[in-house]
Amino acid sequence: MNLVNNFIQFLTAYINLPSYFIFILISVIKILIVLVPLILVVAYFTYAERKVIGYIQSRIGPNRVGWLGLLQPFADFIKMILKEIIIPSNANKFLFLLAPLISLVAAFSVWAVIPLTDNFVIADIDAGLLYVLALTSFGVYGVIIAGWASNSKYAFLGAMRCAAQIVAYEIAMGFALVGVLMASGSLNLGLIIQAQEGVGVLSWFVWPLFPLFLVYFISGLAETNRAPFDVAEGESEIVAGFHVEYSGIAFGLFFLAEYANMTLIAALTALLFLGGWLSPFAQIGFFEDSFLSQPSFFWFAIKTLFFMFCFLWIRATFPRYRYDQIMKLGWKVFLPITIFWIFIEGLMFLMNIGPWSN
Amino acid sequence: MTISILFYLFSIILVLSSLGVILSRNPVYSALFLVLSFFQSAMLWMLMQAEFLSMVLVLVYVGAVMVLFLFVVMMIDIDIEVMKRSFAKYLLIGFVISLLVIFEIVNVLTLNYDSSNLSTQFDSFDKDYSNTKELGSVLYTEHVYAFELASVVLLLAIISAITLTMRKRPGLRTQTISNQVSVKSEDRIKLVDVKPSSYREEKK
Repeated sequence: MNLVNNFIQFLTAYINLPSYFIFILISVIKILIVLVPLILVVAYFTYAERKVIGYIQSRIGPNRVGWLGLLQPFADFIKMILKEIIIPSNANKFLFLLAPLISLVAAFSVWAVIPLTDNFVIADIDAGLLYVLALTSFGVYGVIIAGWASNSKYAFLGAMRCAAQIVAYEIAMGFALVGVLMASGSLNLGLIIQAQEGVGVLSWFVWPLFPLFLVYFISGLAETNRAPFDVAEGESEIVAGFHVEYSGIAFGLFFLAEYANMTLIAALTALLFLGGWLSPFAQIGFFEDSFLSQPSFFWFAIKTLFFMFCFLWIRATFPRYRYDQIMKLGWKVFLPITIFWIFIEGLMFLMNIGPWSN
Repeated sequence: MTISILFYLFSIILVLSSLGVILSRNPVYSALFLVLSFFQSAMLWMLMQAEFLSMVLVLVYVGAVMVLFLFVVMMIDIDIEVMKRSFAKYLLIGFVISLLVIFEIVNVLTLNYDSSNLSTQFDSFDKDYSNTKELGSVLYTEHVYAFELASVVLLLAIISAITLTMRKRPGLRTQTISNQVSVKSEDRIKLVDVKPSSYREEKK
């Protein structure tokens, strides 16, 4: 970050540039700093998925392209770019091609408000949590439009399933976030993390809000249409769901958006419940003055990677839910749990118990 | 400068997409145009530094309401030709209603509006002004009764919507999980001790 600041100072000192140009330049550099590693992480996430699930099922996974198969994501990417995009007859061409873009834009633009360290965030806005909710809910349009524009029964069924599921789980997710913002007293993601500062692991929100943490992560699984909630693409029932008619890079964008969304949910869980960049050993005597007790990007990355691993672990472990069971879980189990726990949280505030009260 | 350029850009898109809602022939296009116009009004609110309202508009209307709208619109097959035939029938009443609405808008804008307050610019607030906090501090103090009343009305609407769909159809196969869990092996299977010797005797 200092490097970027120095670069900007150098530019302003030697070349006389207007201020809005500088602002745009800084923003573009910041966006590239987030987006380029993010795309690499997403690409290697697909590789990690095949590797991890391979080992869980006593297989080796991809190991042909490059050393240990490490070039596999690039091989996949080149394959997807070179393939033809087939547009089904009577499909709505404009919407058909727009849908994957909507998915991808919604998945990537949320990263604008995710703070990576205590001094790096692209847009430090006040209603950060609302922005996250609003844009993740916008992502469903990519799926619905794809299903409708494909002019295919299977795609349409998949889109309907997916949309109903996302709308259902968004409510439980929103209520889980209400718990977080009650505890932190802010909608700004940076301030939410600062509210979790204290004695290492013990002051994170995951302990007082444990049910909400579970609800949030499981709803995250359902929101991203991952196993065991992946009925939207349920291969055994409706072929591949909403993207059955997509080929080439149009499919690739959906694929990218799905994995970017999973990374996002993992990062958000780490931020909201596990203290983001805060160290688990902070203010614990033994680790004082060492690297381990300092807040840094390292901790944020480790927590995010852990939740990303959980996504793969869960996929390899659990069988797929039946559709009515998914709806039952969302409406009749998660929603009451979150409302009940928000009530408990209110009582905790009232009686001044819990780590964040003073 | 930048603000007014953005304002005109967003408002032009807003007006065009609102026209698209009523002029497009395909109802799915209409719904998507409505989504676009919600986004543009959210952007206008954002220009006024009302970030809470603008986010909530996107979250509630774009994220939930319009998804359900699209659901319905996509599943019913609307024949435009049939709709067009009844156009003349509704022409008169539609004309009267639109005149009424136009009259009301003009009335509000010209007669009951204090034009001395009118400014050509958005108010600018200092950096730590939080729209969310301001809204909350008014909503939970001054307007607390109206707020509670609105929430009760909404709760009523939710409950009535659910009761409308709660109907018992005969012959519907539903799953009762508690019955499935509490079932014992005696309920499902009956073990009978058949003597092999007697069976052989019968066969003879």
